[in-house]
Amino acid sequence: MTTFLHFTVIGLVVGCIYALTASGIVVTYTTSGIFNFAHGAVGMFAAWTYWQLRVDWHWPTPAAFLFVIGVIAPAMGVVIERLLIRPLHGAAVDLTLVVTLGLFLTLIGLVTWIWDQNKIRVTPHFFARQSVAIAGFRVTYEELLVVVAAVVVAIGLRLLFNRTRIGIAMRAVVDDPDLVAAAGANPVRIQQMSWALGTTLASLSGVLLAPIVTLTVIPLTLVVINGYAAAVIGRLRSLPATVVGALGVGLGYNYLIGYSNSAFLRNVQLIVPMIALFIVLIVLKPARLRLSSLNIVRMPRPASPRAALTWSVLLVAAAAVVGPQLSVVNLRIASHGLALGVVMLSAVLLTGYGGLASLCQMTFVGLGAYAMGHVGGHAGNPLGLVAAAALAAGFGVLVALPTLRLRGLYLALATLAFAQAMDTVFFTQVLGAGGAIHVARFYPPGVPHTDSAYFVELAVVFALAGAGLLAVRRGPFGRRLSALSDSPAACATLGLDINRTKLLVFAASAALAGVGGALWEAVPGQGSNNDFLMLQSLVLLLLVRIGGINTVTGAFLAAAFYTGFQILQSHYPAVGNLQYLLTGIGAMTLGRSPNGMGGRVAEAAAELRARRAAPRSPEVSLAHA
Amino acid sequence: MPTPEVPAGQPPALELLDVHASYGRIEVLHGVTLSIAPASVFALLGPNGAGKSTTLKVIGGNVAATSGCVHVMGTHVNGASPDRLARVGVCRMPEGRGVFPNLTVAEHLRIWTYSAGVSRGEVEDRTYARFPRLAERRRQLAGTLSGGEQQMLAMSRALAGEPGLLLLDEISMGLAPLVVADLYEVVGALARDGITVLLVEQFAKTALEVADHAAVMTHGRVQISGRPDQIMGALSDVYLGVAS
Repeated sequence: MTTFLHFTVIGLVVGCIYALTASGIVVTYTTSGIFNFAHGAVGMFAAWTYWQLRVDWHWPTPAAFLFVIGVIAPAMGVVIERLLIRPLHGAAVDLTLVVTLGLFLTLIGLVTWIWDQNKIRVTPHFFARQSVAIAGFRVTYEELLVVVAAVVVAIGLRLLFNRTRIGIAMRAVVDDPDLVAAAGANPVRIQQMSWALGTTLASLSGVLLAPIVTLTVIPLTLVVINGYAAAVIGRLRSLPATVVGALGVGLGYNYLIGYSNSAFLRNVQLIVPMIALFIVLIVLKPARLRLSSLNIVRMPRPASPRAALTWSVLLVAAAAVVGPQLSVVNLRIASHGLALGVVMLSAVLLTGYGGLASLCQMTFVGLGAYAMGHVGGHAGNPLGLVAAAALAAGFGVLVALPTLRLRGLYLALATLAFAQAMDTVFFTQVLGAGGAIHVARFYPPGVPHTDSAYFVELAVVFALAGAGLLAVRRGPFGRRLSALSDSPAACATLGLDINRTKLLVFAASAALAGVGGALWEAVPGQGSNNDFLMLQSLVLLLLVRIGGINTVTGAFLAAAFYTGFQILQSHYPAVGNLQYLLTGIGAMTLGRSPNGMGGRVAEAAAELRARRAAPRSPEVSLAHA
Repeated sequence: MPTPEVPAGQPPALELLDVHASYGRIEVLHGVTLSIAPASVFALLGPNGAGKSTTLKVIGGNVAATSGCVHVMGTHVNGASPDRLARVGVCRMPEGRGVFPNLTVAEHLRIWTYSAGVSRGEVEDRTYARFPRLAERRRQLAGTLSGGEQQMLAMSRALAGEPGLLLLDEISMGLAPLVVADLYEVVGALARDGITVLLVEQFAKTALEVADHAAVMTHGRVQISGRPDQIMGALSDVYLGVAS
């Protein structure tokens, strides 16, 4: 009984922290229509700032607490609204997702850049862990503080949104900012206030968490991400349902800690919030997502078969010429980048052509590497590649089946939950924490087993995959994908089988990612579970978005950017910290140019073609451009 | 072009002087000149795409004029933000339903107090006195009201604040004739209270019945303006492009 009480109390405290986080997400979503993926990272950033003030600069606890919650947190909201959210007005859901993910990475990059991550930091407990007996049970003041904060916030938000004029205006502004202005209120100011409120709630949960969990970037961010599940239980709309959901997730999580006695269950316990998120997404009838206006981003025209052939030959030739010139280290990095390019092509197929945002591509990579490791043996049996494609495709279908009716934000959340679950359970279980798996390289018969030959082989694979993708894009399946991406409803009225198309594209993309993964991990010869973290999937997606999600050129540019950065890092280790920061910042600029660098290249090529078609009257082609 | 007669010594309630406006690179208003006497109802008519709604948006501050002047009660208001204009008494009813689907009727009235400058109780009293149906539905979400009730709720914003200038953009769209008649009765009552009304309509007859003065726009310009009976006669010629 005491054990039960003990875990109930802890569960409630954890649930209260989830409730704070989730309320912040719901507040931001209901008032601006944007799901802030960076919510957890904002809380994490606030926790580090609090540590800086409280521990490093020896501020008194109340002063540090109030300064972070009352000044820094709202200021972050105002800055985020001004720089990132206002330009997104009327943008597609998909773009808001990428921009907030970019913010997420930027904040992580910023923290790792400012604070040396190798130092162990401890945030002192509030009230020095003093406790009080309540009904014969000892509860620390810190736990009481968390509960009181959650209750005050819950009641405060309810009053704000139902009783006060500004709160009502906050709910109104998301539907029609122009009408709010016509009624005499300043919609920009209101939007700013709701973002400030959202970041304040995120920071509050971050600071309250800081003494409880260790101050490390990723776990701290992930704990706050666990609030996503509660927010989705509240269907991103209802605050009471969100609070109940948060308490439920917190309790379930802690009962599993208390009563699980197998190692497997203990692993499962770590992903309770993710399982909850996945189940809720599948079971609950999703609330209608706020649809932005029909803001269609024009897709770049796919390259012609002749251009594809020319560039493929050029790529392979360049690889054959450049490969032997590179140093051993640089060649490995370049091979790594090229293999990752194949994985990026899988994202182009799924997200760029099919319009399905997936945050779990690296999971398929891991599965591919795992299959290659087991089936490929030491000689790099080609059957290993087949197994990689098959295993990844199988899991692709497994993810796609329950999520068939999800799109946009909900699909992204479901794949995120899947990636996190696979990351915590599957890869750590089969590879062991920090464990590695041997992955052999496949060489076609008659090819010398050298690094430079493998580099050329990767170039051939990339060229084949790229040309294949372009062929698909120009063919009937490509047209079906474009139609699916533009309007599933219109597809259905035309009699297209949406479900089959979705399953097929998910399976094909996963298979490509699996093969890419098998080739990728074979470059160093082994893969560890750190390579397949959920976070890596985000980085990958953002890199491809920066390169250009709907062009093969975009995937190549993203791979080149990644490679260049890795080479730079191997020579100047100091820049290593900047990768997340730069990727995040790059993604945040996508609000202004959604097709990325690949889109720019396609535009330039189109203009060039137009000019060449009408050489004598260049002004005409300009007028058309 | 005949200029409407404005009492000497008093500035017109609204004056547009050679207003140009564009969406991106496409100019849609090519020099609109209008003048509306205080406490009168002015009907702006014209076919689709003539620039009527854009004219209202320029006056309401939602679209910036690229050149020309907008004067409200003799004050130059170019560049003022929509919310600022709303607070000084320019009340624009947007096309379609001017309500928030996810707020209740009572919550709408709370928002109307931003520009009304009167208390919440006062706004409720005025609204429920004029539209008793809304009182019955005060806890209901606006999105679940009928089209007519939604338009009543939208109109309650004008009732609440007693604005100096009321801009109405096709309030009859998609509504039953009875409801339209009811709404225009409210417009007439507001005008008798001394509110200047500029209304845009595609249905010329309805609008001309309540108007003191009217103008017809085509292709981003005012083609003719005059008394409603003069306009009624000339209307088909302007629509068909004879008079220009």
